[in-house]
Amino acid sequence: MIMKKLFLLGLLILAGATTYAGGYRVSLQGQRGLAMGHTGVAVINNAELAFFNPAGLVFLESKINAAVGVSAVFSDVVWQNEEFGQSARTDSPVGTPFYAYFSYKLNDRFSVGLAAYTPYGSSVEWEKDWAGSHLVNDIELSAIYVQALASYKITDNLAVGGGPIYVSGSVNFNRNLNRTLTDLEGNRSNVTIDASGVSAFGWSAGVMWSPIDSLNIGVNYRSEILVEAEDGDADFENIPNSPLTPFEDTRFDATLPLPAELTVGASYQLNEQWLFAFDYNRTFWGVYESLDVDFANPNIPDSTNPREYEDSSIYRFGLQYTANEMFTLRAGYYFDESPVQSGYFAPETPRNDSNNFTGGLSVNVTDKVAIDASFLYSKFKEIDESYDFYQENGQNVPFEGTYKSSAFVPGLGVTIKI
Amino acid sequence: MKNYFKYIAILALGVVSCEPELENPIEDGEVYSNGEADFSNYVALGNSLTAGYADGALYITGQQNSYPNILAEKFALVQDTEDFTQPLVSDNTGGLLLGGTQIAENRFVLAGESLATARPARYTGAAPTTDVTKKLTDGPFNNMGVPGAKSYHLLAPGYGSVAGVATGAANPYFARFASAENATVLADAAAQNPTFFTLWIGNNDVLSFATSGGAGVYQQNVTDFTQYGPNDITDPNAFAFVYNALVSQLAGGENGAEGVLINIPNVADIPFFQVVPTNAIPLDAATAGALNAQFGAYNTQILPGLVQAGVITEAEANSRKIIFAEGTQNFVTLTDEDLTNVSGILQQPPFNLDAQTAGLLGQLRQATTSDLIPLTSAGFIGTTVNNNPMLVNGVSVPLGDQHVLTSSEQQLVAQVTAQYNGAISAIAQEFSLGLVDANSLLSQIDSEGGLVYQGVPITSQFVTGGAFSLDGVHLTPRGYAVIANEIVKEINATYGSNVPAVDVGSYGTVTLNNNVQ
Repeated sequence: MIMKKLFLLGLLILAGATTYAGGYRVSLQGQRGLAMGHTGVAVINNAELAFFNPAGLVFLESKINAAVGVSAVFSDVVWQNEEFGQSARTDSPVGTPFYAYFSYKLNDRFSVGLAAYTPYGSSVEWEKDWAGSHLVNDIELSAIYVQALASYKITDNLAVGGGPIYVSGSVNFNRNLNRTLTDLEGNRSNVTIDASGVSAFGWSAGVMWSPIDSLNIGVNYRSEILVEAEDGDADFENIPNSPLTPFEDTRFDATLPLPAELTVGASYQLNEQWLFAFDYNRTFWGVYESLDVDFANPNIPDSTNPREYEDSSIYRFGLQYTANEMFTLRAGYYFDESPVQSGYFAPETPRNDSNNFTGGLSVNVTDKVAIDASFLYSKFKEIDESYDFYQENGQNVPFEGTYKSSAFVPGLGVTIKI
Repeated sequence: MKNYFKYIAILALGVVSCEPELENPIEDGEVYSNGEADFSNYVALGNSLTAGYADGALYITGQQNSYPNILAEKFALVQDTEDFTQPLVSDNTGGLLLGGTQIAENRFVLAGESLATARPARYTGAAPTTDVTKKLTDGPFNNMGVPGAKSYHLLAPGYGSVAGVATGAANPYFARFASAENATVLADAAAQNPTFFTLWIGNNDVLSFATSGGAGVYQQNVTDFTQYGPNDITDPNAFAFVYNALVSQLAGGENGAEGVLINIPNVADIPFFQVVPTNAIPLDAATAGALNAQFGAYNTQILPGLVQAGVITEAEANSRKIIFAEGTQNFVTLTDEDLTNVSGILQQPPFNLDAQTAGLLGQLRQATTSDLIPLTSAGFIGTTVNNNPMLVNGVSVPLGDQHVLTSSEQQLVAQVTAQYNGAISAIAQEFSLGLVDANSLLSQIDSEGGLVYQGVPITSQFVTGGAFSLDGVHLTPRGYAVIANEIVKEINATYGSNVPAVDVGSYGTVTLNNNVQ
């Protein structure tokens, strides 16, 4: 009976799906949290707290807690320009963000933990030489966060937690040099910049307060991390055989900011079955002003690409229904405000505001092991937008059109409590 | 229980395979409309401009960016169309072979170490591979543009004869894909039963006279085309007759095709006549003085003498004076066929000049700012005859007729062009066809500031302007895109259709390469 309800709920949410897990912030840091609209700063559930709010780890009942999982991001974008009859769609590879969390309760007041997760990343692949190829052909961004954690219970209902983050980032980005340059055979001149194993450090810290047994309030802050690629490879292809173009293989420096994020939220346990959660995220995207690529060869003009992102908010709602000892069902919704401003709509992260629907369940296979499944889909409106800051001969040449994104993200994980 | 999981899995897969869809995707064919035109089988007729010829050669990427090919891509968005086929050459080198012997030169590329010294040069990075004797067998071709063709050539049987190429009786470009030795361009086009056509012909009927510096003859009132030389101007009435025959065949009758006619630009608008100045002879004081001494008697005695004898007017005498000065802005000297030939008189009393000197002075004058020098003469001016430093072409040795398009020749060209365009306009009206005024379009490109697309100006400036390729006559892909865009506008206005515009700025201009001699 319950399964039937869940099935119908799933049907409703799936119907008419057009979704996208976009930008380069990828909110997929726990199947249980995600199934509830990616809430969790004030939900004491499993080792996912290592990401959502490390302060809560010490409130977990078991001595050893672990959670691992992976998602499959199926996301694509279609674009067209009606004036010129141009169209293109991405054929992006399936993204596989993952997480692995572990915590160990040293004593009643103190827990330690380890976490690895991938909160930022992007993988967009347009048709080679499409109409916007002077902005991007394809991009692959990834950042793996590894974090050591400690969680300390100050009083019975107040805990703090946090720890240092080590980031290993990589980027691979290809675009054509401009709208027209080719070699003699007509092959478009393009550049690939590639850097991997770029290290950076940051931190996160949180507070969990439980004023009454059924209510938890949480705050978590994860610091901004600047991934500074130094001496990456810049590979120029199909360059005309002529000193009139300065392009040749060289090295590059570039900085990509992974913005700070503040989350506040609350969860309320109505009764043994129902739990409600609300999170508010503020992502400090304002740091992403421009994507500047500084080529080592002084003859090659540096690439300046204004982005002018603005800080943005996400509003998350989740609910959990504990059906019986074996099954727990979850559903959620969040509204994701795009940091991208009008006129700065670049096709490497074509992202507008989205409505996101989530669902999932956990199956307790044994006392100690549970399987967690989730899905997300993000519903984007069709949008007419442009990127106005591409320049040719000092002249801004807008790239505009109608975009529509879609995505579906199923995920699977395991929770272990010993 | 298991069944539910199965259903969810199936549902999930269903969503995964669900690609994003726009509300009005252009692929659905409902955004655009063909109106009263039918683009299902489009055939383009014309000359080099229609073939996609650029940089002094025909090569693959040029053909791919021909205005008919750009149009066909747009038509395919509007309705179901047949594949638009073109008689593609074999390479991007350009140039033609006839049985292994090169008969047309490789393309130009822009070569040089810096922008200041960059110059067009023939590409030598690869040998040409397009052999005229290797007939294309996968025809017919929708793009029937034949480089070099004049209006009446489209009606000429044997114009595509491979055997005729060697003797100059046939056209090597048409020989590659003519359906038979005695085929005509028009018949091969009409046999495809086009539902839509474009016709841009007549440029060479006057242009080859102009680019040869006016070395041909104006065949006024001559309607027998077999008497025409390659650089002659086609008689305007004969042109109108031929043009009418072409259009009647394509657009006439119950099942006639819709189409667009494109008129003839003014040759003065092309960089071919704008690059080489008439006054760029540098002279030091000594040389200028020596030259002035050499021409002193001519200026002060012979010319006034001719006026006195009533042979020429005072005004003509003034226009025939030869004067040099120290500096870089001396005008070239030339032999102007439109001047009274006084060489005979000069050999008689009272002048008594020897035949050679009289011949030199017979129709001599210095150029003015109204004269035009063809791009191809750039390398000739200033060279010496037989390495004799006293015999400098354009200075002490006047330029021949083929090196200067004089203002009277220009007037003739402009007048004939206007007559052609009058005929084209009348025929467009008679057959209710679209008409693109390429004449005024290229004047706009040639005007101050040029034409602007998305903030990017396109001008007739040689090399850097964006419109003209490195031969100074034919267009770049971007220039052809401008033409295609104007044709789209005209189609939409004439036939009430909605064909998408051409993104002009996304088409390239000149090709850089240093594989040159």
